[in-house]
Amino acid sequence: MKRALPAIALHALLVVGALLTLAPLLWMVSASFMPTGQANTFPPPLLPSRPTLEHYFDLFTRLNLARTFANSVVVTLGITLSSLVVNSMAGYAFAKLRFRGRDAIFRVLVAAMVIPAQVGMMPLFLMVKGLGLVNTPWGVMIPGLAGVFGIFMIRQFALSIPDELLDAARIDGASEFRIYWTVVLPVLRPILVTMATFSVLSAWNDFMWPLIVLSDDRRYTLPVALASLVGEHVQDTELMMAGSVLTVLPVLIVFLVMQRSYVRGVLMGSVKG
Amino acid sequence: MSALTTERRQQRAAWGFLAPALILIAVFFFVPVIAGLVMSFTDYDVYAIGAPDTIRFMGLRNYQQVLADPEFWHALRNTLYFVVVGGPLSVLASLSAALLVNAKIARWKGLFRTIYFTPVVTTMVAVAIVFRYLLHPRYGLVNEGLTLLHLKPIDWLGDPHWSMPAIVLLAVWKNFGYNMLIFIAGLQGIPEELYEAAELDGAGAGARFVHVTLPALAPTFLFVGVMTMIGQFQIFAEPYVMTQGGPLRSTVSVVMLMYEQGFRWWRMGYASAIAFVLFVIMLIATLIQMRLQGEGRRP
Repeated sequence: MKRALPAIALHALLVVGALLTLAPLLWMVSASFMPTGQANTFPPPLLPSRPTLEHYFDLFTRLNLARTFANSVVVTLGITLSSLVVNSMAGYAFAKLRFRGRDAIFRVLVAAMVIPAQVGMMPLFLMVKGLGLVNTPWGVMIPGLAGVFGIFMIRQFALSIPDELLDAARIDGASEFRIYWTVVLPVLRPILVTMATFSVLSAWNDFMWPLIVLSDDRRYTLPVALASLVGEHVQDTELMMAGSVLTVLPVLIVFLVMQRSYVRGVLMGSVKG
Repeated sequence: MSALTTERRQQRAAWGFLAPALILIAVFFFVPVIAGLVMSFTDYDVYAIGAPDTIRFMGLRNYQQVLADPEFWHALRNTLYFVVVGGPLSVLASLSAALLVNAKIARWKGLFRTIYFTPVVTTMVAVAIVFRYLLHPRYGLVNEGLTLLHLKPIDWLGDPHWSMPAIVLLAVWKNFGYNMLIFIAGLQGIPEELYEAAELDGAGAGARFVHVTLPALAPTFLFVGVMTMIGQFQIFAEPYVMTQGGPLRSTVSVVMLMYEQGFRWWRMGYASAIAFVLFVIMLIATLIQMRLQGEGRRP
């Protein structure tokens, strides 16, 4: 009995913490199924009196959020694919190929990680405008096409590739690109999966840059559309909650599926970063 | 001979592999950063966008104006509030969660860890909207909870005294899971022998925590502290979505001020100066924190 008490207290705390953590998300889901107006009654209800899908229909018909969803998918996939290819080539080169200036260039890149993105935002916007890419998915994707953090993580991982493996392929007469494609990429698979997860989550959730680049609501990504909708529909609690569910659900699924590799990446970034 | 050609071939291949990344990063990161610095010394504004020949070099005038602007100091105060109050709270929440999940007698560790981490991956804009409703003075569940505890309901988003705490609440909820993971890894890295030795010396649970756990976590604290602070200095989406900077501008952050100046009023030279002032403040704050925590680590 004496030993059981601390265990009970500990698990009580864990459960209370878990409930507090999940409560906002559970309420979001519950409110999205409430009939119009129910969320704004007193005392605040926890469950829908008469569950309805009308707000989800509303999102896809009247508010045309299917297009917004597609915009988010395009931008997210574009950033993820580009950054994986570009960063893995560079990360591998920094880790395993010998060339003049390697360490100096790498040091400059790593040092640049302390510079916050905002200091370049105004000129970057003018560049995007000059290229005619304002209000396009390309404009949104541009800052994410390559990234120092990704290069850094992939380099750390690639350092463990044995040189013998690469030399053996060279002796067999394989070109350097072939070696990268058939020998290096398969070895890098775990870190690439991790970086893909990172990239999907951050690109999908990104707000400030898409807000700056996109001005036409047909081009909005989900976070930008949501922030703009809440301006005109702030009274439509249930509708806004349906929109929030639609925005959060995809990243939540990606996280739950990719959890192990994602967590490993967080820890890698903290130990070596 | 053959070694030389291999080396050359590797050099050429290396530059081929690096070119896409270096070009993209140079063009879309380094060039804008340098251009931003140059821009911060000019009067680049809405007219300059149409007629770039009207741009004038202003020296340090933008910086003088930023430092003389009460709006800037107000935004900086709000941002520092978020850093100084929100930072420790967030680290405390992360450490508590890590200690609970990592406790020897805890069961279902993986499940609790996943639950606590979930808010981290959610979309800030979406959860900021959720919190807007949760913090509603009459229909919000948070005030409902306060009433159950016999506390007075709070006008979270309407009262300038409570608007920053509301944003801190959102940020702590959203982010504590991230640092929790890092603390768990730190805790698992502490050798069991240290605890056993302390126990032999007669140290109770509290003494073991103070004399073994906390010192062993010092590097984790430093990393978590610096990264959390850097993120918090750049707070933007939380106030933008939850309060639009209000009520009475009580939640305008420095980055939000920069956004308004740069992209609403198109005063891009001025906005760039704000961004660089923030950058310098972040650097100084990081150095101070490394100094303080680095000294704390030495006995």
